[in-house]
Amino acid sequence: MDTIRTAIRNFVARAIRTDLLSDTDDIFARGHVTSLFAMQLVMFVEHEFGITVENDDLDIANFSTIAGLANLVTRKRTVGLPESVLEGRP
Amino acid sequence: MDLQLTHQHEADRAEFRDFVDREIVPHADRFDLEERIPRDTIDHVAARGYFGVSIPREYGGRGSDMITYGLLHEEIGRGCSSLRSIITVQGMVAHAIGRWGVPAQHDAWLPPMAAGRRLVAFALSEPEAGSDPQAIACAATRRRGEYVLNGRKKWITGGQIADAFLVIARAEGKPGAWLVDRDAPGLTISPIRGLLGVRASMLSELTFSDCRVPGERLVGRLGFGLSHVAFSSLDHGRYCVAWGAVGIGQAALRASLDYAGTRRQHGVYLKDHQLIRRMLSDGLTNLAAARLLCYQAACRRDAGDPRAVIDTFMAKYFASTMARRAADDCVQIHGASGCSGDYPAQRYLRDAKIMEIIEGTTQLQQLTIAQGPYEDVYEKVH
Repeated sequence: MDTIRTAIRNFVARAIRTDLLSDTDDIFARGHVTSLFAMQLVMFVEHEFGITVENDDLDIANFSTIAGLANLVTRKRTVGLPESVLEGRP
Repeated sequence: MDLQLTHQHEADRAEFRDFVDREIVPHADRFDLEERIPRDTIDHVAARGYFGVSIPREYGGRGSDMITYGLLHEEIGRGCSSLRSIITVQGMVAHAIGRWGVPAQHDAWLPPMAAGRRLVAFALSEPEAGSDPQAIACAATRRRGEYVLNGRKKWITGGQIADAFLVIARAEGKPGAWLVDRDAPGLTISPIRGLLGVRASMLSELTFSDCRVPGERLVGRLGFGLSHVAFSSLDHGRYCVAWGAVGIGQAALRASLDYAGTRRQHGVYLKDHQLIRRMLSDGLTNLAAARLLCYQAACRRDAGDPRAVIDTFMAKYFASTMARRAADDCVQIHGASGCSGDYPAQRYLRDAKIMEIIEGTTQLQQLTIAQGPYEDVYEKVH
């Protein structure tokens, strides 16, 4: 989870050009991102973490903060894992 | 890095070229003059499966990669930019439905769209909202499980023949995207004629007056209609326009080379005049550069790399300005003949100018490319 948050934080920090963003700050509220950033953010989490963002995931809470994005990635990765991995079986 | 196309890419390109040479090029000037593409031509495109090149195989499309999709747009764009525009908007809407729709929408819309049995246009621009889509005023009011649309849309490519529209509007202040049938009560469709270029793309203005749309026609969720649905569709369209502009550049350069190689003035062929040769050299070099930018965008799009968004901006910016210059030189090389209806040079120039305006003006590309994260901008310099 920490690794996921760090990767997302680095990507977001590059876009809004600040390190002063907490995990629960609204990424879009500062108004420093371009109109394309929401789309780039989706592509980033898909490309970086191997998930697919779908209709069901379109909830503002999933995209407005680093913590929300990290939770979304963690949840979708967990859903995608086979039972053997979830249960720790070889 | 391997800049060679695969055998499959070469085969697909040869197929596209053959179709365009036989069925599009001989008629494109007439399409332009009549400001329409005949239904039988649309049906031939549909029969070839070209409306579904980017749609997954499970929905009846070809499921091709982005290079193949680009090659289709280059070749169709070489023959007729208006037809390329119709294919592009079908792809934009299919992308929106496939990316953000629910499974029931995938099943209901993608198979007929892939087969070309259902043409769907993209309705974002309004009389007062062009380059600034945040300014859209078209309103959707929720009422007992349905939405009621009121407002206007303008410059809607393919609107004269579309069976449905993906309409971007606001409900409760939040942007959304709705699939609206052509025959929906309260929707009036008015053709727009007399355009400078892409005259056969059958543009329309739409007027919604208490137009009722079932709730299940919402694509994506409320609040995501611009940032995710519309902007990813525009990104898709921008990619197609970039390749289409390469197609215009290719057509213009071919015409310039042909004419300069057969027309004699002052005792020598035009191609042997140094100033003409410079035009041809610049044109060929810029055409190759534009195509390489398109290939780069294609590779990153296939990889799902977020840098593909700006790569696509760069490809569209460069390719559209290249096409306009190549077409301008093509008219110049043809002289008076280039200004007449006897040659397609003037059509190339008129169509190329439109490429600098649609899917983001040249000025919007110039504002955006250097606006991204500094690291990404620096990467472009390396």
